[in-house]
Order: sequence, then C-alpha cells, then structure tokens
Amino acid sequence: MDELIPGFPWGIALILLPLAGGMICFLSPGIARASGLITLFAVNLSVVGLAWQMFGNGVYRHAVGGWDAPLGIELYADGLSLSMLGVTALVGLAVSSYSAAYFRGGEAIRFWPLWLLLLAALNALFLSADIFNIYVTFELMGLAAVTLVALAGDRDALGGAMRYLLATLLGSLAYLLGVALLYHGFGTVDIALLAERVDASPVVWAALGLMGAGLLLKTAVFPLHFWLPPAHASAPAPVSALLSALVVKASFYILLRLWLELFEPLVAGQGVPALLGLLGTGAVLWGSVQALRQSRLKLLIAYSTVAQIGYLLLAFPLAVATGVTAWNGALYLALSHALAKAAMFLAAGNLLRFEGHDRIADLDRVVQRLPLTASAFALAGASIMGLPPSGGFVGKWLLLEAALAQGRWDLAAVMILGGVLAAGYIFKVLGYAFTQAGVAHEPGPVPARMEWAALLLACGAVLLGFLAMPLLSLVGIGAPFGSGGVDP
Amino acid sequence: MSANGWLPLLVILSSLLPGLLIFGLAEERVRTRTVLNLTGAVVKLVLVGWMLWGVYNGHHYEMRLPLLPGLELVLRAGPLALLFVSLSAVLWLVTTVYAIGYLEGSPHRSRFFGFFSLCVTATVGVALAGNLITFLVFYELLTLTTYPLVVHRGTEVARRAGQSYLIYTIFGGSLLLLGTVWLYVLTGTLEFTPRGFLDTVATEHHSALVVIFALLVAGFGVKAALIPLHGWLPQAMVAPAPVSALLHAVAVVKAGAFGIVRLVYEVFGVEFAAILGVTGPLAWLAAATIIYGSLRALFQDNLKRRLAYSTVSQVSYITLGVAIAGPVAAIGGVVHLVHQGLMKITLFFCAGNLAETLGIHKISEMDGVGRRMPWTMVAFTIGAFGMIGAPPVAGFVSKWYLGLGALEVGQGWVVIVLAGSSLLNAAYFLPILYRAWFREPPHVWPQERDFGGKETAWALLLPSLATAAMALAAGLMAAGSYSPLEWAKLIAEQEFYLK
Repeated sequence: MDELIPGFPWGIALILLPLAGGMICFLSPGIARASGLITLFAVNLSVVGLAWQMFGNGVYRHAVGGWDAPLGIELYADGLSLSMLGVTALVGLAVSSYSAAYFRGGEAIRFWPLWLLLLAALNALFLSADIFNIYVTFELMGLAAVTLVALAGDRDALGGAMRYLLATLLGSLAYLLGVALLYHGFGTVDIALLAERVDASPVVWAALGLMGAGLLLKTAVFPLHFWLPPAHASAPAPVSALLSALVVKASFYILLRLWLELFEPLVAGQGVPALLGLLGTGAVLWGSVQALRQSRLKLLIAYSTVAQIGYLLLAFPLAVATGVTAWNGALYLALSHALAKAAMFLAAGNLLRFEGHDRIADLDRVVQRLPLTASAFALAGASIMGLPPSGGFVGKWLLLEAALAQGRWDLAAVMILGGVLAAGYIFKVLGYAFTQAGVAHEPGPVPARMEWAALLLACGAVLLGFLAMPLLSLVGIGAPFGSGGVDP
Repeated sequence: MSANGWLPLLVILSSLLPGLLIFGLAEERVRTRTVLNLTGAVVKLVLVGWMLWGVYNGHHYEMRLPLLPGLELVLRAGPLALLFVSLSAVLWLVTTVYAIGYLEGSPHRSRFFGFFSLCVTATVGVALAGNLITFLVFYELLTLTTYPLVVHRGTEVARRAGQSYLIYTIFGGSLLLLGTVWLYVLTGTLEFTPRGFLDTVATEHHSALVVIFALLVAGFGVKAALIPLHGWLPQAMVAPAPVSALLHAVAVVKAGAFGIVRLVYEVFGVEFAAILGVTGPLAWLAAATIIYGSLRALFQDNLKRRLAYSTVSQVSYITLGVAIAGPVAAIGGVVHLVHQGLMKITLFFCAGNLAETLGIHKISEMDGVGRRMPWTMVAFTIGAFGMIGAPPVAGFVSKWYLGLGALEVGQGWVVIVLAGSSLLNAAYFLPILYRAWFREPPHVWPQERDFGGKETAWALLLPSLATAAMALAAGLMAAGSYSPLEWAKLIAEQEFYLK
C-alpha cells in the first residue's frame, strides 16, 4: 500500500475513469446514473491520490506507454493543474448528484455520456504538457459542451448552442493555427521544450495573436463574450453550472499556462498585459452593469460570469511587478468562482423547477418555501461579491494587494466598483426573496438532493475563505507562478 | 493551543452554533428554540465573565489562525475588547428574552432567531478582533446578518429600508477594504497595538496615511451614523423593536463607533493621529453630527424615528471623546459606548412595549400612557433622563468626563456643544415625559391588547426594567470597582501612559 499510492499513475486514472464511465453510460443507459455517480466518486478519490503523491514527490510526470516527449504523450501536473483538477472533481460531484435528480428519461440518457466525456476532456486538458494535446482536448471539450447546451432541445437552447458552436469552433481554429505556426517555427509542441526555444520573432507574435484571440473568445472575455449569456442561460441548470464553473475556466487555464511558460518573458513589456487588463476592466464593468439590468435570473447569473472572468484578466498587468500575489489572487478567484457560480446556477435551477419561471420580480416567497436554495444563493453571492469570509474575498484581497503595492489605483477602483455592482445584482434577487406574497399556483416539487447540492457548493465557496494557506501552498508545488506558491 | 486560546473562540461559537441549529428548526418548535437561544446567551455570559476575571488577574487570551499570506485571523481579549464583549453578552441575553416575548406567534421566527444569533456572533467577533483584517471580516459579516433582520417584516417599506441599509454599508465596506489593503501594503502588519503601530512609517507616506484615515473613518462612519453617512439609520427603524434595540445599542451602530475607537487608539495611536492633524476634523464632524441628530430628532412625531435620530446624535459622543485626544475625554467617550447602549436599549424596549400593548407608534398618541403602563414609563423616564445627561443616570457620567476632558486639553468649544446637545435632548425628551405622565389618557388606545390585568407581558417588561436599572446603577456606582467607568479608566491609562 505504501508503494501503491506514491507510484500509481493517478493522472491516467483521471482520464480513463470518466472515459470508461461514459462508455458504460452510453452502452447501457439503464445504469447510467449509478455509473456516473460512481465515476465521479472515483475521480475525486484519484485527485486526492494525486495530491497525496504530489505532496510527497513534487510535480507529477507520466510518459504514456513509456515514450517520452517529444515522441510520446507526456502528462504533467503541478500545483496549478492540481487545483483545477480538484475543483473540477468537486464541482463535478455536486453537479452529478444534482443531475441524478434533475434529469429524467431521455434527457438523462443523453446527459450522462456527454458529461463524462466532457469530464475526461477537462481532466486531460489540465494534465496535458504539449500544445497539440491541449488542442485535441480543447476541441473535445467544446463539442461535448455544445451538445450539452442543446440538450433541452427547445428553440432558445438550439439558438444558444448554435452560437456557442460557432464561437468554439472559431476559437479552437485560431488556436490550432497558432499551434501550427509554433510547430513549424520550432519543431516541437512540447511546452517545456518550446519555452527553451521561443524568441521574440514575428512567428511567435503571430502565434500569440492567434492563440490569444482564440482563447479569449472561448473564455468569453469582453468584448468577445457575446455567445456566453444565451448559451449559459438557455442550457439546463446543471449544464449551465458546468459551463460557467469549469469550461470557461479551462480555456482561461490554457491562456494562463501558455502565458506563464511561453509568452510572458517575451512580451511582458510590450503592452499586451496592459491590453488584457483593459479587456478585464471592460468585462468587470460591462458584465456587472448588464447583470444588474437583467430581469431573468439565469441571464443575470450568466452576465455575472462575464464580469467575474474580467477579474481574472486584471491579474495579467498586475503580475508584471508582483507575480505570485497577483496570480494567486486570480487563481483563488477562479476556484471560488467555480464553486460559487455552480451553486448559483443550481439554485436557479431549483427556483425554476419550483416556480416554473425565473423572472426575478416574481420570485417572492422563495425563502419561505426553499430556504436551503435561498441560503445557497446568498452564500454563493457573498463569495461573488468578495465579502469576507469567503474564497472570493481572499482572491480579491490578493489582487487588491498586488494593485496597491504598485500604485495601480485604476485597477483597484475597478475591483472595488465591481464588488459594489455585484452586491447590487445579488441583492436585487435576495431583496425580492424576503417579501411576502400569496401562493400563486401549485409549485413544482424540488428534491432535497438538488437543494443540498447547491448549498454544499456554496458552503465550499465560503469555506475556501479559511483554507487560503494550505491551498496556496498546494498550488505552489512546482512553482507554476515562478518563485514559490506563497509570499514569504 | 492552550485553554487561553480556546476561550475567545468559544465565546464566538456560543452564539454561532445555536444560530445555525435554529435555522434547521421547524417553525412550531418554540420550546427547543427558546432553550437554544437562552442556553447560548447564558453560556456566552458565563464565558465572558470567566474571561473578565482572567484578564483582571493578568491572563492573556488570544487565538490565531492563518488567513492569508502574512495575515492571521486573531481573536484577542484585551481591556477594550472586553468592555464591548461584556456589553454585547449582557444585552444579548436581555434582548433575547425580550424578542421571545415580542415575536410570540409571529411568522418566520426560526429565520429571525437564526440571524439574530449570527448578528451577535458578528458583533462579538468585531469586539474580539485582534487585527484590522479580522475586524473587517466580522464587520462585513455583521452587514450581511443584519440585513435579513431589517427586512424581516417583508413589507415594501422594509424592503426599501433594507436596500438603503445595504447601499450605505456596502459602500462603506468597500472604502474600508480599500483603506485596509492600502495600510497593509504600506506597513506589512495590521495588528492592533496599544498606542498604534504607524509612528515608524516614513514621513513621505504621511499624506497617504491621512487619506487612509479618511477612508477608514468613512467605512466605520457609515455604521456609526456620522453625517453625512447616517441616512440609513432612521429608515432601518421599520425593523421589529428588538432588532432596533440591538441595532442602536450594541450591534451595528456600536460596531462602527468601536471601529473608530480601535482606529484612533490601536492603529494610528492617538498622539500620532494628533500629529497628523486628523483628530481635529474628526472632532468637528462628531460635534456637527451631535447637533444635527438632536435637531432632526426634535421634529419627529414617530417615536422610534425620534429615538433613531437621538442615536445619530448620542453615538457621536463616543467619536467625540476619542477625537478630543485627551485622557479624560477618552474615558468619557469609551464609557459612553456602554452607557449609551444601556440607555438606548431601554428606550427602544419601551417603545416596543407601547407598540405591542397599546398600538402606540407616535408621540402624539402618548397622552397619559404613564397611568396605563407605569413601569414601562418609569424605565423610559430613566433612559430619557440619562440621555439628557441628568445625574445620577449613566449619561451624566459620560458627559461629565467629556466636558472635563475637553477643558483639560483647552478645547472649550466642546463644552458648548455638549450643553447645546443636552438642551436639545431635553427639548425632545421632556415633552414626551410630560405627555405620558401629566396629560389625560384617551378613552381608547389605538390597538389595545389584553395581558390579563398586567400592564404588559413579563417578557417585555422585565428586560426594559433590567436595562433601566443597569443604566441607573452604572451612574450611581460609577466609582465602584467593577463599573464601566473604572474599566474605561483602565483603557485610557493604557493608551495615555498614565500608569
């Protein structure tokens, strides 16, 4: 046993388990639910195993089939990958348990294989060590996600899915072109090898432009966010949760990874970080104001995602001077946003099931009838607003610290303003929830499991506020952000 | 961690756990809820008593948990913390009894008492916070947990009051966050230290420190209802009476005032703040708030609204005492933290009794109410005399030290403000007392409820009398060895090197 845990290829398990689970779901729909849930438990255990292993041995490397890069496929995980894998597994487990009650009949048969395929793609993406594998997993993830959006099959869903499909194909195409340019120029797709070879040549600039544009489109960064609100708002609630929490984070992860390993040293002084910061500012302000203006709950939550992605981009200009603090802040925001936003979409799904609609102004009496769901929304909201104690607060604090340490008052002001606007749109919902109104119609039943899934995720987002030190030291494994994980 | 570390945490948990359990209770389980509420309150009181005894005998109580890189969540029981914790613990017990009586039979009581307990948890956390970041965490938690209490009634008016409360407090919280991060970036520490930790900051950052001071005062000033940030407070009086009582006496308003005390004494240090020249403007702002609040109170016919404006005025005594920057005035300001709490909670309890028993909400309806509810009005009278500053009620002691302290440091204008405020207090409290005691009662009260021959329910009357007695005792026995005044003197000695 002592040998098994350190030596076991947990990374392979993380990819094969969901693939196998998805296959079983596809072949025998009768046990889809059970096999899906078992897979998610197994995936969570594997992440724990991987974390255990990495705690002892440092970064995880595995050459598939014994072939090293550049010939074979190499899997690689440092603290950054591990944190993404961890949050994916956790959110995945909660959403799966929710979906087990949410989907029935034909929808369930279609949902489980697609979701497990998506999970396999996400895990493989976080473990990839070369830019071509990233492309493959990226495409796989995009296609699975688009199909999941179309699951409901109504007009809105198909329209949203179509836009999403176009955006995701365009994004990965641009990315693939960038990969081709780099491969042509430097003869490898391995990130570590590329990092040694790239220089500030026109090829690299073109590759950066293409890959960057593709990734920004797929991350739904303002002003390329047009596809996100319709897709996330029209998908079934668990799918919205997965998309907002994990799928956009995955493309952000690639952006971050490539930036850290390849591009930052080359272009740091050239205005690119400033441009990204500007896009982030636009996203925070535009997304928040749009969220505030929505009259439907799921659209409000979707626009909130647009705003929250903006915060992540603010780290790029800040990291030039205060690397670790800014990146830690952005990563922490990404992790807590994953938990909080998933909780919010699940809560919205409960309200939708209960009331039959998601018009915010008519959501009275919800606190009285669905107190757990309302608490989930409120707790997740606290994290989104960045109020302490919550993961969102920790992330925001670190980013603010980075901003003020270098006198970036403009960015600090954006973060503060974003928080105030977030409070505005969160309490727009909660304010109605406390008013009293008679029962208008017979409400739809909401299974307890669906309420608890949302609440536990929200509690997780709050709990992150107390776990900053252990988590950030875990993230520091392999020093993804340069010098160490935690500032001295 | 030693037992000394656990004690502050237990004080927090003694209301947090009952609060969380109460959320899970079904509405009709009145007895379980009451037992939970009262057990939590009594346990907290015992723990705080234990801590008081320990601190008096030279023990240190401190708990640290890592929170952020370089920052810890610190709970520490120093003299200043204990002053506020004791006040919260005592008044929480009293208010819990009152609230149980007040809300009997009304809907959503589990929700109410759950948030009620969380609100006290946040207040105690604010009191025990050992550094600015811990303070910030609990201060924001207080905002979130009070909101459901303000909107508890669920009416349109309540919703709008809640909205206004949030707009003010979220705005204030943002300024506070900005100031706190900035301070941390400049100094690398946020630990509350007697006499401050900023005198080592290089001179070229002094202008930044002035801005930080302004940001933090604005952040605390929202809750402490300093003008022009006081707008939410009179609106928030739509909340149920026990909430108003807690809001005005212990929780929200006091947390803001306490923040200003911490800021001046243990972040900047009063001498350093005086060197920076920030205490003067703060004193003027406090003085302006005192006069403005009293003037507005004069013109309110709604009883709770008048009391709310009176709070705006009275809480600024604390700020004023701190900002005068002299040791004797400091005693007056700090002790008013307790005295104002005792007197104002009494007044709000009485207002609640009138509303619940007779349906009286306006001062113009109070003719002769002293004959119908003599004990309630005795309590009210004690509270009102205290507010005016008439001896021997506690308010006199505060004003005496404030005035004396101002003269000591040569700021005679403060005495004029105090005298003016006392006159105005008299002008808006004495007519109420005159009506209640000397006018003829009407034939029918607006909405009378029968309590079987008693003037009102015991659960409503006893808390009011208890707090009135405490306000009287704090004044009569101010020189006694365990009085709030003695404790405030201890704090002032520490701050001003008098030992």
